[in-house]
Amino acid sequence: MSIQTRTPDELGQDYLEIRGLTVDFDGFKAVKGVDLTLLQGRLHFLIGPNGAGKTTVVDAVTGLVRGTGLASYRNQDLLTMRSHQIVRAGIGRTFQTATVFEELSVLQNLDIAGGVHRRAWGMVLARRGVPAYVEHALEAIGLTELRDKPAGTLAHGQKQWLEIGMLLVQDAKVMLLDEPVAGMSAEEREETGELLRRIGQERTIVVIEHDMDFVRNYADVVTVMHTGTVLAEGSVAEIQANPQVQEVYLGRQVEAAATTEVEEGDHA
Amino acid sequence: MNPRLTALVRGAAPLIAIAALAVLLLVVAPATLSSFRLNNLGKYICWAIAAVGIGLAWGRGGMLVMGQGVFFGLGGYAMAMHLKLEAAGPEGIPDFMTLYGNGTMPGFWEPFRSGAFTLVAILVLPAVAATILGWAIFKRRVKGAYFAILTQALAVVFATLLIATIQETGGFNGLNQFTSFFGYNLYDPVNKRMVYSIAAGLLIACLLVVWQLYRSRFGELLVATRDAEERVRFLGHDPANIKLVAFVVAAMMASVGGAMFAPIAGIISPSDVDATASIFLIAGVALGGRALLLGPALGALTVGYGRTTLSETFPTQWTYFLGLLFVVVILLLPRGVGDLPRTLRSALKRSTA
Repeated sequence: MSIQTRTPDELGQDYLEIRGLTVDFDGFKAVKGVDLTLLQGRLHFLIGPNGAGKTTVVDAVTGLVRGTGLASYRNQDLLTMRSHQIVRAGIGRTFQTATVFEELSVLQNLDIAGGVHRRAWGMVLARRGVPAYVEHALEAIGLTELRDKPAGTLAHGQKQWLEIGMLLVQDAKVMLLDEPVAGMSAEEREETGELLRRIGQERTIVVIEHDMDFVRNYADVVTVMHTGTVLAEGSVAEIQANPQVQEVYLGRQVEAAATTEVEEGDHA
Repeated sequence: MNPRLTALVRGAAPLIAIAALAVLLLVVAPATLSSFRLNNLGKYICWAIAAVGIGLAWGRGGMLVMGQGVFFGLGGYAMAMHLKLEAAGPEGIPDFMTLYGNGTMPGFWEPFRSGAFTLVAILVLPAVAATILGWAIFKRRVKGAYFAILTQALAVVFATLLIATIQETGGFNGLNQFTSFFGYNLYDPVNKRMVYSIAAGLLIACLLVVWQLYRSRFGELLVATRDAEERVRFLGHDPANIKLVAFVVAAMMASVGGAMFAPIAGIISPSDVDATASIFLIAGVALGGRALLLGPALGALTVGYGRTTLSETFPTQWTYFLGLLFVVVILLLPRGVGDLPRTLRSALKRSTA
């Protein structure tokens, strides 16, 4: 894969632009006219209460559900493409529950993710040695020691890292991560956060997350969604200061803790 | 033992096993079996060739192909048509056409006078049929029980069609009474042995093909597709294409098996290619171990042998025995008899732990 011309991500100018994204499930609009601009080099967090439409946005952008509007990446409209074509365009994603190939080893899992870059005829050959990009990914996710273990025997957190490693091998320029630290210990969260910072320099990373501590520690930009719309966008501090956000999202947590204030007034 | 040597032995073990089977089928069996028994073994080998393909599609690809009889039949009838025309001689037409019809031969028979055309057709017909069929099925994401029922229904349709077209395909009687095989008199025991050896050689060749496929990146991707199809989609592959390749290869192997079955059995009829015949193929694969390299072939050979032996002793009840065996294996050893060592080992580990 020798690339002659400088690509947008090498220049630090890669981005994914979403305009007026709407997803309609038989009359129920899960996402209503969402605008998002996701820039390279910034850890972009998508937060919001359950049912806000965060995962649906990611599903629409990756071709899992049909959406209308525009999701443009390098002059291609992702909403008109099929899932595997979107992946080939450089968009990778993970799911809420880590799905790795349990019967294959860590190495095979990573190797399989590199298949996109291979010619069809190379597929009938057996793997010889470990490609450099697989080696790099193994190092980045810190699973070099476990490379020959079946992926099914990994701990939950390690499976999540393996999934991120697969995105690295696949050379995803845009990574859409759905709750990557769910169920992780505090140390694992920290390691994941550092990993995302490291690999996020030359990539566009979007993280859907519920864990507010994790968001506070690592987010460069936060977008708050509520009932299918974008409620607010900004730095962590700006978001926390936003009264609307406090009401629909952060407010509820405060409320749950304090149980004094009764929520009233209009729902935004 | 040093680890590199262990790895080498582990890598070569499948090849050693295939070589052992080759010696058994190509050297030991012809030297020890009577020509009648050898001919029977030849039939089982034809089923085993089809079973190897089923192992690829079902064991590794997760597609329960319940209608492989159709592809077995495509190859079998293509070969039988050629042999029939060979028996009829140049310009001659098959005997049954004058018996049941008005003595004219349908146009689609004509090209099968050529041996070369027939050999190409045996590989290309099932490949084209499986590609069209597979494309329609996999692109629509039909899978699981729906896929199994669909393929099973195809076998029923295929057999019904054959029975209904007595003037064109010999109907219920099928095609039989072949006298020679590409110029070699089939009544000569030496030539029969040659036909047997070709079938055994083709089985070994098919085993080598799947051995390479299983160790290739395609093999890994196929298993990945079986276990988590959606995840494969998000690796940038269209799972439909991966499954299509396995399905087409399986169809071609079934066709090759059928093509060798016609001269060895001396007949190919709707009952060799219908839904029941398809299920017998599946039963062998399940018995031997569908995801293993040699499991499907050995399972099919065993079921074939059991079929003959049991039907000699219990002419009417033998299918019950086979059915019972199938149920027992599915319940107790869902991965097949070939997986018994592994099951025992893990059970032992559990009891000592």
